[in-house]
Amino acid sequence: MGEEREVLGKIIQILKPMVPEDTEITPETDLATDLSIDSLKSMEILAQIEDTFDISIPINVLAEVRTVEDLATQIKKLI
Amino acid sequence: MNIFDKFDKLVQAGQKLEQEFGAFFQVVMDEILSSTEAVINGKKVILAGTNNYLGLSMDPECIEAACQATRQNGTGTTGSRMANGTFSGHVQLEKALSNFLGCSNTIVFTTGYGANLAVLSSLAGPGDIALLDADCHASIYDGCRMGGAEMFRFKHNNMEDLEKRLSRLQKRKTNILIIIEGLYSMLGDRACIREIVELKEKYGAYLLVDEAHSLGVLGENGRGLAEEAGVSDKVDFITGTFSKSLGATGGFCSSNHQQLEILRYASRPYIFTASPSPSNIASARKALEIITKRPDLRTRLWQNTNALYDRLSSLKLNLGPEPTPIIPVRFTDPHEALRVWKGLLAKGVYVNMVLPPATPDGSAFLRCSMSASHTPEQVSAIGDAFEALTAG
Ligand SMILES: Cc1ncc(COP(=O)(O)O)c(C=O)c1O
Repeated sequence: MGEEREVLGKIIQILKPMVPEDTEITPETDLATDLSIDSLKSMEILAQIEDTFDISIPINVLAEVRTVEDLATQIKKLI
Repeated sequence: MNIFDKFDKLVQAGQKLEQEFGAFFQVVMDEILSSTEAVINGKKVILAGTNNYLGLSMDPECIEAACQATRQNGTGTTGSRMANGTFSGHVQLEKALSNFLGCSNTIVFTTGYGANLAVLSSLAGPGDIALLDADCHASIYDGCRMGGAEMFRFKHNNMEDLEKRLSRLQKRKTNILIIIEGLYSMLGDRACIREIVELKEKYGAYLLVDEAHSLGVLGENGRGLAEEAGVSDKVDFITGTFSKSLGATGGFCSSNHQQLEILRYASRPYIFTASPSPSNIASARKALEIITKRPDLRTRLWQNTNALYDRLSSLKLNLGPEPTPIIPVRFTDPHEALRVWKGLLAKGVYVNMVLPPATPDGSAFLRCSMSASHTPEQVSAIGDAFEALTAG
């Protein structure tokens, strides 16, 4: 559980500078609709997450990702 | 709960697009006057948004070949390549493509989309890794998905990102297939193929190049980017389409791996669809002959390309990264793109419009494309129309 929260925390830190300053990011935040992340930004974000955790994220798993928490769940599987 | 409910969001987005951009989606070519002119809404326009790079869709020799093949072999094959749909023309075209590209083996498919689907869905299977440039065409994404390989994107033409990914993925000790395009269909830029070949060799990966837009366009003999860059022998698989410089419909994959032949048994998009019609096969073959014997077409294509690119640059328009026959004019505001697109049509110039989400960054662009058969007057007219609409 602690590890999950740590992954979540790191992801939120990576997302923060990519969205307008006062946007609140919670585990339930929807990446596409709440944060309007376009495809260029999403590549940048994924690259930062990959570097942070030294992993490769296959785009196949992204089909199941809607919220920040979904993303964290997938990342945890790859660590 | 209705079976169409899942499209609700898309329908809304579609309606918004229709309301705002309907004029573009409703374009019908009422009459084709030549490879560079058509009638749209009763108005004669210059076509500056096709993929007819060499103008061969209306070439008299290609048309004659298509008509003859139809008379001799009928309007369709009514069957799969695997069953009754392999005619001598299909086999001869495969040989002609192999000769043209200097490869040992070629398989012809029904479309270019089908070629990528067929090849990638069989080559990039479970346990394999497909590493694709982020700007790759939908057919490449779909083929990899269908095959079940793990898919990774590298940033468009970014060698540092590609190498970082290769070095991470190499640890898995499995087959890695890198997939790029000769000329990228939207921004018209070339893949950095020499660097990619170096990386492919360093990390022991395979390389597939989709030469859809570069066949007949790049290279001394029109073989594509691999020829132009002098790395043909380092490319494992070339895919391509007949629907652009060859002016027909169909697709192919060529390779020096003789095992390519196994796809004829393994690849569902090869087996479970009817083969290309005799007319398509015959005109594609004639077009390939013309590419070989008429290098002047390529010279003219590049003269037109450079002329339009220079003219549009002089208007301070935001263009693609390099002058190639695909010349995107970029607009941060999609509505400004629409205004210019409508204005161009009213002035008798048709170009393609590419809107988000098909663009990566929310911008929009007007995708102009050049043909060897544009006259210098037509190129000037296209430039004049842009100037009148974007001045100031
Ligand atoms: C890069 C690329 N590959 C493949 C295709 C598909 O070709 P076709 O139109 O023959 O299905 C296209 C064109 O749409 C393309 O741009």
